[in-house]
Amino acid sequence: MTTRTLAVLSAGLSVPSSTRLLADRLTTATVAALQARGEDATVEVVELRAHAHDLADALVTGFPNAALRTAIDTVVGADGLIAVTPVFSASYSGLFKTFFDVLEVGALTGKPALLGATAGSPRHSLVLEHAVRPLFSYLRALSVPTAVFAASDDWAGGGVDQSLSERIDRAAGELAGLVAGQPVTSRPADPFADPTTSFEDLLRGQ
Amino acid sequence: MQFGVFTVGDVTPDPTTGRAPTEAERIKAMIAIALKAEEVGLDVFAMGEHHNPPFVPSSPTTALGYIAARTSTLQLSTAVTLITTNDPVKIAEDYAMLQHVSDGRVDLTMGRGNTGPVYPWFGKDIRDGIPLAVENYQLLRRLWREDVVDWSGQFRTPLQGFTSTPRPLDGVPPFVWHGSIRSPQIAEQAAFYGDGFFHNHIFWPKEHTQRMVEYYRRRYAHYGHGDPDQAIVGLGGQVFIRKNSQDAVREFRPYFDNAPVYGHGPSLEDFSSQTPLTVGSPEQVIERTLGFRDYVGDYQRQLFLIDHAGLPLKTVLEQLDLLGEEVVPVLRREFAALKPAHVPEAPTHASLVAAAAGVPAVTGAQA
Repeated sequence: MTTRTLAVLSAGLSVPSSTRLLADRLTTATVAALQARGEDATVEVVELRAHAHDLADALVTGFPNAALRTAIDTVVGADGLIAVTPVFSASYSGLFKTFFDVLEVGALTGKPALLGATAGSPRHSLVLEHAVRPLFSYLRALSVPTAVFAASDDWAGGGVDQSLSERIDRAAGELAGLVAGQPVTSRPADPFADPTTSFEDLLRGQ
Repeated sequence: MQFGVFTVGDVTPDPTTGRAPTEAERIKAMIAIALKAEEVGLDVFAMGEHHNPPFVPSSPTTALGYIAARTSTLQLSTAVTLITTNDPVKIAEDYAMLQHVSDGRVDLTMGRGNTGPVYPWFGKDIRDGIPLAVENYQLLRRLWREDVVDWSGQFRTPLQGFTSTPRPLDGVPPFVWHGSIRSPQIAEQAAFYGDGFFHNHIFWPKEHTQRMVEYYRRRYAHYGHGDPDQAIVGLGGQVFIRKNSQDAVREFRPYFDNAPVYGHGPSLEDFSSQTPLTVGSPEQVIERTLGFRDYVGDYQRQLFLIDHAGLPLKTVLEQLDLLGEEVVPVLRREFAALKPAHVPEAPTHASLVAAAAGVPAVTGAQA
């Protein structure tokens, strides 16, 4: 049985946060969908709140410190990514965006990704389509067609709205399909391997 | 092993007084620092090159020529010479001239420069950084080694029957280092020619330095210049020293917190653990610096950054006293005791002349 790794990125700030709650629901559903396909999954959660200072430092210094490096390696090395942000001022939160701002160019190319967002009002639901999805398109990640938005209405009444559950399962199934259909993720090429183009060729290529 | 200081020549307000030096004061301070470096027994003074405020050293050979006239043993170097935006013809001419006026006390460190707006001011594009470094440096080498050059390339007008004057002193071009924080192509370039490789070793974690130096050493051997441990490696580093460690931390903190490049980010303590920055007593600086050898191997040149972020000249001169009296003599002794005989010293004009004449160099340096 193949074991896949799922990285779960949550940019919620409060404890408990509805963003993490949605991330956990998406994760549980994705693990189940992978199991239904005969694959195991290891889940690694990155709470960006714990890296708020690290991210600000990385913007200033140009390099991630050891704690942030570990978080980045978790996300970049995973077979699939579940990324959930709260909606702040009609878009993803600054904390969420900063994580992607400090990644190396190309770090998420081809990465299967499930996008989620939470907000206090259902009127923000298209943030996933007009802000988050274009970000992942730029990153050349493979975003699944169903992005999952949950507003306070969806959590109302103590239970979880049936239509939210359906969206979660559909999105999880799409992510599991992409993850299971891919070879196990290998690390990006080592820039310090011996070059494939010799220096003589570089000189001749002028 | 060579020890020295390098300056970027920033005009930065002193955060403890709010006052910035004038350009004239900063330029004279850089010269005073160079003269003091020789006086306290250091080997090398290297100056950056910048073409935008708040930096003053746009014309390094003018300043280095003046310093050459006021010193007698100090090796004059650059940190870095912009191989991308400078015309290689002008680099060949300027530094050959400096070689003559300084009696050979000159070497250069080539770098690309990472300030995007500078490139178009000189008719270039930062996206061509690596190809510019490759083409320009190859032309520079030919201008120093061939009396008459016919050349055409991508980035400057062709040359027909061109002779760069003056010819290099004693027919031997200055030794060249190549500096890069994270581009393996530049380490490859240094290895290909058997030139030196210099890592800034200030702003980033030591793992970056380690990977670049390992790569350079491996490729140096690949190109047949010697064993990996015979490659010529230089490191930067950043220190602030007081006899008492707490005094060093207290005094340096406002300069760190407001420093260009990394200020307003991590704490002094975090940055000290994440990067080679060492703020403390002479003993702490000695111990940390000796530790560099653990991850780059035996190396040939150690330069310290001691004069940026608005530090007043008086303080910088005190740093030089501490380096010269308490730190460098111990480092010299300790590094020398650890270095195997087959590991060369950094090339000098004398060793390069001897090598060109086929005489085994006394210092063991390689051409």
